[in-house]
Amino acid sequence: MRWVVVAALIALMLPASASAACPELRSLEGELMCPTCGTTLKLSNAPAANQIRRYVCERAAAGDSKGEIKDKLVADFGPGVLASPPTKGFDLLAWVLPLLALGAGAAVLAGLVVRWSRRREPEPASDGEPSANGRTELDPELEKRLEDELARFE
Amino acid sequence: MGQVAAIGLVAGLLVLLVWKVAGGSESQVEGLRSGKTPPAPGFNLPRLRGDGNISLASYRGKAVVVNFWASWCEPCKAEAPLLEDAWRRYRDRGLVVLGVNSQDLSSDARRFAKQMGWTYPLVRDGPGDILGPYAVAAFPETFFVDRNGKVIGRIDGEVSEDELQSNIERALA
Repeated sequence: MRWVVVAALIALMLPASASAACPELRSLEGELMCPTCGTTLKLSNAPAANQIRRYVCERAAAGDSKGEIKDKLVADFGPGVLASPPTKGFDLLAWVLPLLALGAGAAVLAGLVVRWSRRREPEPASDGEPSANGRTELDPELEKRLEDELARFE
Repeated sequence: MGQVAAIGLVAGLLVLLVWKVAGGSESQVEGLRSGKTPPAPGFNLPRLRGDGNISLASYRGKAVVVNFWASWCEPCKAEAPLLEDAWRRYRDRGLVVLGVNSQDLSSDARRFAKQMGWTYPLVRDGPGDILGPYAVAAFPETFFVDRNGKVIGRIDGEVSEDELQSNIERALA
């Protein structure tokens, strides 16, 4: 039992010590995807993720910048290895299009709301003209009936 | 009219969602397990070693063992000698073993291939574009394509010698 606890502690300490030995890994782990598991490296312990971790540290030790390491990984795995698409060239569309779609959706929604709210405004009775105070005049017969009804409650 | 348009929009989006969810996992080799022999999804991929591309169509008339692998995959290492042995033993009868390296670092893949002593053709699909059409969920995975380009068998995981031989014989028949 004691050995199990010790082994678990060592296993927990391994990623931390790897990050300490290779600071670039800590900053890149959230920006790179594990190719086989669909999560960032940070959330994965799959063999493919560990391979990329090792590569990041090797390249960083060889003097590559973060950008160079990312470019090399994209050359091997395609742009899907990046957690977010690049903000240049054709990939910029991935950032711009959702914003455009959101703006277009908001405009359509606003248009519909305005249209629906206009439709729900009370329309004046076809045979009644608004009076000076803006209220519609009641039909005399209806007004007399209303007065009679009210009189019954007095 | 506006309400109809809004309902239509929502319905359209729902149909799109259902289509994407239902069709996303569909592969071109569906039906293999129910005894069908679907055509092998074609590909034209760069060689792992050397220049140029290899297309599956260029092997029409031969039986092809398509083996998906990665250097970080332990069972791939275990089955490597069997694949090389099959290639050497059956190539005179019209068999090609074709390794497809995917979701792997190219430098590691080349080193791995050298260590394994593979002499058969190897291609590279780094992003894994061809995995979907073949419905490859994990490595290794091996497909057997007959001389007419039909998939007649697949083995999920590490191959055994018996499975490999029986599938190769069927593909060559």
